[in-house]
Amino acid sequence: MTEKQAQPAANQPLTEQRTVVRTQGVKKLYTMGSIEVHALRGVDLEIYSGEYMSIMGPSGSGKSTLFNMVGGLDKPSEGKVYIDEVDVAQLDAYELAWLRCRKIGYIFQSFNLIPVMTALENVTLPMVFAGLSSDDSRDKGMDLLEKVGLKDRHSHKPFELSGGQQQRVAVARALANDPAVVLADEPTGNLDLGTGTEIIDLLKSMNEVSGVTVISATHDHKMLSVSDRVVWIKDGQIENIKLRAELDIEVASVEGED
Amino acid sequence: MANQDIQVAGGREIVLPLSKAVEISIRSLKIRFGRSLITTSGIILAIAFLMSVWSSSDIVSSLRDANKTDINLLLQKNGVATSDGTGSVSAESAKRTMEEQSKQTWLISLSLLVCVVGIANAMLMSVTERFREIGTMKCLGALDSFIIKLFLLESTFQGLAGTISGITIGLLMTVVLATFDYGQFVFEHFPLTAVLRSAGAAIVAGTSLSLIGAMLPAYKAAKMEPVEAMRLEA
Repeated sequence: MTEKQAQPAANQPLTEQRTVVRTQGVKKLYTMGSIEVHALRGVDLEIYSGEYMSIMGPSGSGKSTLFNMVGGLDKPSEGKVYIDEVDVAQLDAYELAWLRCRKIGYIFQSFNLIPVMTALENVTLPMVFAGLSSDDSRDKGMDLLEKVGLKDRHSHKPFELSGGQQQRVAVARALANDPAVVLADEPTGNLDLGTGTEIIDLLKSMNEVSGVTVISATHDHKMLSVSDRVVWIKDGQIENIKLRAELDIEVASVEGED
Repeated sequence: MANQDIQVAGGREIVLPLSKAVEISIRSLKIRFGRSLITTSGIILAIAFLMSVWSSSDIVSSLRDANKTDINLLLQKNGVATSDGTGSVSAESAKRTMEEQSKQTWLISLSLLVCVVGIANAMLMSVTERFREIGTMKCLGALDSFIIKLFLLESTFQGLAGTISGITIGLLMTVVLATFDYGQFVFEHFPLTAVLRSAGAAIVAGTSLSLIGAMLPAYKAAKMEPVEAMRLEA
């Protein structure tokens, strides 16, 4: 049944969706002493607006590097990265900060909430950077906390929250300025199975309800079932891109390999 | 078109209420209260020393200006050159005063220098400790200037608190010691304006010292790429 449902959704991106992130022949070269490390060897990738995409690959595959490029956190040594049709390499520090603030929401493996701030203040921090008034940001922050189910915990500091709750706050924070893209770097990496599934479901429902593009780097196979597309990276190159329809058949064998 | 979008918004300031930066830096200080106390105590000691030197010279010169016989006697007993009956200060004692003054300047400069190094060290530690926090803020759209503001404010508050306590301690000590030497004359001829002026100078000195100490660490924090902050495993 899931196969049939997935079919139209999986085809959708290819037909009429707008591209939100595009990479063209992206290469990244790190020089460590006298050794040159090719983290990426030419990646062409298009990510469409409103899709849920997972980037998978073993550590050292260049997955994180690609992820950072797509999120405007790193600049390629060669090739171009376009976010919302803007060439990231052309932006100065000010414009980059603007892009990170308004267009991209980040979710980290280790939550990265600011320890001295309450849940609400953490959620409203990006709004402060965006210049929203404190009343507006308070209202919006409470709405977001309600969406992630933590409204009654708005005055708690991060250390008073469980890992799953912290990650929920981080999800709310990522959505603070209604970004075009949410980047989740191993969002379930520090969580147990149940809480991890909760976060994945939360991300998926945000993706469906508000239509925000979700890009996540992961090696959590639970991610596969909610992703519209999955990209496998190996040795700095795209090994494989699969739609969910093709995935459902193969999940079993992928898990079997592990 | 999206590029234009950014250009337009770039022209508009990302308004960053200073109050928010003030709030964050005060809270960071509170949460690391123990360590900020150690840093602050460095400033307290240096400024207390500075203030005691300045205020005791204020008091002595005020007493000397009073030019009363019994005060002059006390001053001479404490080795201070006075304009005695003949109205001239002996060349030898003038030379001694000069030497003492240059020694004092040297000591003060040294203590202040040590203080700046201490502040810079503490702020560098604070930056290193907060790599992740800074990186996160940059990911959320914080500008370099905001990070710099954060650290400079933090250091300024530390500097102000330390300087004010230092001035109080230094002044109290000087007054107590001077009372031993000169008795009630200290209060009769208390050089209020001169001491206030010295206190003002000490506040400026203490605060600017902690600002100077924080500059390099703040710059280092602001120039950090967000990726670097993410890469560090806690």
